Amino acid sequence: MAMGNSADFTVEDLPKGQVLRLSGDFAIASIGDVDRNLRGISGPVSEIDISGITHMDTVGAWLVHRTAKEHNAKVTGGAKDANRLIDAVRGVDQAEIAVKPPISSLYHFLGEVGGGVVIGITTFLQFLGFVGQVVKAFFSLLMNPRRFRWHAVVQHFDMVGVRALGIVGLMSFLIGIVIAQQGAVQLRQFGAEVFTINLIGRLTLRELGILMTAIMVAGRSGSAFAAQIGTMKITEEIDAMRTIGVVPVEALVVPRVIAAVVMMPLLGIFASLMSIIGGGLLCWIVLDIPPATFVQRLREVTPITDFWVGMIKAPVFGAIIAMAGCFQGMQVKGNAEQVGLRTTAAVVQAIFLVIVLDAFFAVFFSEIGWD
Amino acid sequence: MNPPNIISVTGLCNSFGDQIIHQDLNIEVRRGEILGVVGGSGTGKSVLMRSIIGLQEPDAGEIRVFGEGMIGKEVDEATDVRRRWGVLFQGGALFSTLTVAENVQVPLREFYPDFSKELLDEIARYKIFLSGLPPEAAHKYPSELSGGMRKRAGVARALAMDPELLFLDEPTAGLDPISAAKFDNLTRDLKETLGLTVFLITHDLDTLYSICDRVAVLADRKVIAIGAIEELLAIDHPWINEYFSGPRGRAARRGHSGQGETAQMQYLGRS
Repeated sequence: MAMGNSADFTVEDLPKGQVLRLSGDFAIASIGDVDRNLRGISGPVSEIDISGITHMDTVGAWLVHRTAKEHNAKVTGGAKDANRLIDAVRGVDQAEIAVKPPISSLYHFLGEVGGGVVIGITTFLQFLGFVGQVVKAFFSLLMNPRRFRWHAVVQHFDMVGVRALGIVGLMSFLIGIVIAQQGAVQLRQFGAEVFTINLIGRLTLRELGILMTAIMVAGRSGSAFAAQIGTMKITEEIDAMRTIGVVPVEALVVPRVIAAVVMMPLLGIFASLMSIIGGGLLCWIVLDIPPATFVQRLREVTPITDFWVGMIKAPVFGAIIAMAGCFQGMQVKGNAEQVGLRTTAAVVQAIFLVIVLDAFFAVFFSEIGWD
Repeated sequence: MNPPNIISVTGLCNSFGDQIIHQDLNIEVRRGEILGVVGGSGTGKSVLMRSIIGLQEPDAGEIRVFGEGMIGKEVDEATDVRRRWGVLFQGGALFSTLTVAENVQVPLREFYPDFSKELLDEIARYKIFLSGLPPEAAHKYPSELSGGMRKRAGVARALAMDPELLFLDEPTAGLDPISAAKFDNLTRDLKETLGLTVFLITHDLDTLYSICDRVAVLADRKVIAIGAIEELLAIDHPWINEYFSGPRGRAARRGHSGQGETAQMQYLGRS
């Protein structure tokens, strides 16, 4: 349809009141400023003559109807089609919407704070309840090992562990290089470059190897858990499981938690090893420490407790990451947008909890003399 | 300027890998009619609609909507055609982060950014009314609506731009019979008051009998017959016979006996 003549109107002053004579296309594409101009008319308007309108759609009909209603004016000269459209939009008047009273900003602020506190507390309680469910499901699977889903566990071993090897290995190798490089530069000022090896061995095994792996697993697998379970909630797959008699926590959560708990220490060892290789390479190139000397020195300065510190922390971190991911996935309800929000929340929570626990572990292990 | 056929599809071919969906398919939609499109599952009804509205690039063929060729047009091209049609997807496809009123306003804001806020609100309000939703639905989010209300909200959005052509993909699927009948009435009322042309994909025999002017049957990768239902009944094709003369088809026909307009018959043969 060609963009016809745009809508327009003229005002004629007659003794009985103003008469609006509308002309042109009263359609959505050609309305232009007529809406604002019609609003600006101050009455009294007694008649609206629409015989000059060449084409009309519901937007045009609405403008005519609104103006007529506002000024209590009579609409004249409409063709059959035009009157039909005006009748169609007129019905909306009987269905006025009750306008909500505006809320003052102080109340709004207080409401937001209160709502946030309530959500925080209920989420915490729900998370505790969820952990309880997982523990209960775990024990009930121990009692009935035939219900245990080996296939799912192995599949998650692959997803969480094997497929993460590449990225975790590369990341750890680079971090090893960074630690060694920074250590070498700083310690050289005291002529103590050789202590770079202490730095690499102890920092990697105790802290960074495990922590960086946990962050990577939270980003890779914690988010995937939340998204997978959340999507299953939306498509009612989890409801379908319940009706069949499958406990969703047993089928979905326990295999993922086991996979994360088993894979985190293994990935942690791998990550530490790659960091040491990266650091050793840098020591060899920059500090001229040959690999054999590096390994010998590493064995002298790194106590075995450092390894155990890492290996004790890793499964705990794995459990936290998997539980946070599955918990957030289970919390999804409603629409697809929730999946995104919950996935983000799962990763943020998991990393936050891992770092908080890491701080506790650091204090704990130094108290028991493993330092 | 105004061709008698609002949509004309000629020689359409669509395939997914080895699977051929359409082969040399032809269909025409006339101005002011409600055309029902039926066919068994997997005969490519939705693919046909997606081809016409440009969501599926066909392998071959020509598609003209309002006389303009639509093949190979990007989303930001052919906007003159796009603002003259409205589409209702099967699930409503409402934007879940927006309220119903905001959903209706999305196309308006896109094409007419200088409309005042008051006018946008007024338009949303009467479109929601025209689609048969209660006024309080305007400020609800799609997740707070029932399936039937979501479809009506989808219609309100499809009507936002005052289209001349409305695509409906299985509008009554999943609705209870009362809501489905109301939706049929809504479609017919909108067609009559707003002068719409409607392209309607459906499985609902009652819809076919009560509101469709013509029905196109998709089978064997093409449109095997198109015409008023009485004329389709006279055709001897196994699928058509089974479809219209099965228990459900007979029940729907009994319910609407005596109705139905005559339209010119085109039997396109079956190969």
